[in-house]
Amino acid sequence: MSTEPGALEAALRARRSQGGKALVPYLTGGLGDWQAGLAAAADAGADAIEVGIPFSDPVIDGPVIQEANDRALADGITPLAVLDALGRLDIGVPLAVMTYYNIVFRFGLERFASVLAERGVAAAILPDLPLEETGPWAEAADAAGVETVLLAAPTASDERLGRICARTRGFVYGVGLLGVTGVREELASSAVVMAGRLKQVTDVPVLVGVGVGTPEQAEEVCRVADGAVVGTAMVRRMMDEGPAAVGELVGRFRRALD
Amino acid sequence: MGLRLLLKREDLNHTGSHKINNVLGQALLAVRMGKTRLVAETGAGQHGVATATAAALLGLECVVYMGEVDMERQALNVFRMQLLGAEVRSAVSGSRTLKDAINEAMRDWVATVESSHYCLGSVMGPHPYPWMVRELHRVIGDEAREQCRQLLGSDPDVVTACVGGGSNAIGIFSGFVDGDAALVGVEPAGGAAIGRGVPGVVHGSKSFLMQDEHGQVLEAESISAGLDYPGIGPEHSHLAAIGRARYESVTDDEVVAAFELLSRTEGIIPALEPAHALAWVSRARGELAGQSVLLNLSGRGDKDVDQMMGRLAPDGGSSGGGSSNGDDGRSG
Ligand SMILES: Cc1ncc(COP(=O)(O)O)c(C=O)c1O
Repeated sequence: MSTEPGALEAALRARRSQGGKALVPYLTGGLGDWQAGLAAAADAGADAIEVGIPFSDPVIDGPVIQEANDRALADGITPLAVLDALGRLDIGVPLAVMTYYNIVFRFGLERFASVLAERGVAAAILPDLPLEETGPWAEAADAAGVETVLLAAPTASDERLGRICARTRGFVYGVGLLGVTGVREELASSAVVMAGRLKQVTDVPVLVGVGVGTPEQAEEVCRVADGAVVGTAMVRRMMDEGPAAVGELVGRFRRALD
Repeated sequence: MGLRLLLKREDLNHTGSHKINNVLGQALLAVRMGKTRLVAETGAGQHGVATATAAALLGLECVVYMGEVDMERQALNVFRMQLLGAEVRSAVSGSRTLKDAINEAMRDWVATVESSHYCLGSVMGPHPYPWMVRELHRVIGDEAREQCRQLLGSDPDVVTACVGGGSNAIGIFSGFVDGDAALVGVEPAGGAAIGRGVPGVVHGSKSFLMQDEHGQVLEAESISAGLDYPGIGPEHSHLAAIGRARYESVTDDEVVAAFELLSRTEGIIPALEPAHALAWVSRARGELAGQSVLLNLSGRGDKDVDQMMGRLAPDGGSSGGGSSNGDDGRSG
């Protein structure tokens, strides 16, 4: 537990210690010109980027990211193709892959962890892997030097939040509302509550995602949280307008948080 | 057939299938937990109808997710659910069948967990569902075992049931798993999780799963909406792995033949799902000669009559000999 923080956690802590708020956009791997999208996001001030490896049954995702997964899969993207592309990318910010456990399970836990490490990917986020089942993956990831970011749901007890924060690496991902990914009109009150509860139990950076869809909402949640993860709004932009528009949107979030 | 076939008549249950056993238990539990709304997925519509029925009875709100493809082929059940006061929402993602209805129900549930109970319809999903649903269906096996002992003076030689997620099968197996009867689950050839699957983790449990080399879940394909699922409950995977049960698969054509056979010879129109188990018995009759075979007749076929009318010739009932022409080109 007292090991050196990995690249992702180091970057987020650095942002915090400078008095800033972290911005982590999400894009789906294999969706259109996604690598240009990642580069644009990095240029526009992302502290780290979450990259989805598409899955056939993305149960935590709402319609927009589902569609992104379907499109990328229809274009023939594979997990290894995403990882290989990330390995060739040099955009100067830590990367975290987000995918569903069956992808990792099928790939092989040790093999997945070592391929992440070889490709320079800092972290992994597996939203359908609950704390109780995290052991084998987390051990493989620890051994390879890959950070495993755990999610904390609004329904979790304080006691459970403590255990999640003890096991998470990189940051703790506070889920902003009860529900799936997607942009909402307003920030749910649960987002700020979640951030506050997590801040009480951990020194690990607390980022809130799911339901953070506008620069104003990000600014609001970051009055308490150390940062925000922004998914659907980015993916929507990517699908409708392409990489440059993603960069423009990341810039707007950046300015709202600074 | 040269064997003694015993039918466990779950088709005579209110709402027409075994599904009500599980639903009543979960609905009472929902009320006990203070929930006011039931969310369910359904394939053939039988679980949806059972859930809508329990919701009506107990004064709960009810939303049922159903794949768009299934809403078409089981239109009668869609209307039944609506009559019972449930809202039926179509799942339009992926294969637009049972797997996708489960995805949608889970997405609803995570957003509404404070007021809603997810009334899952098979022995799958995250703990405690596989265990809970099995316990709620073990009444099938307990009753059947007692009846077999009265009729046969012993357990049957073979116990068989169709397997989608596996709830009716696990229910009847649980009465016999400690004994000597051979247990045989029957999957559709196009949705054979054990026959064609490898271990995977989806919908909250680790089990055999039809998937590609990258871990993407494959779309099942079956004449029967209730068995059109690429996975299987984890307890079945366990029974298969330890060799206690075996799993066979049958084709749509064999199922149609069995559907006609039981209708004509016994005056019982079975649901297409248990017709799978009968199709296997019919195929394996040589191997089973002289044995006693207990088959879980998990549901009745009213819901399937329309679909069969489209598949069989207008006078399909008189084609003779209990065999269908099996011409896929004519299916509706
Ligand atoms: C009559 C009947 N039998 C079987 C099934 C399949 O479910 P399970 O495998 O959980 O028994 C269904 C599902 O709709 C059904 O309606």
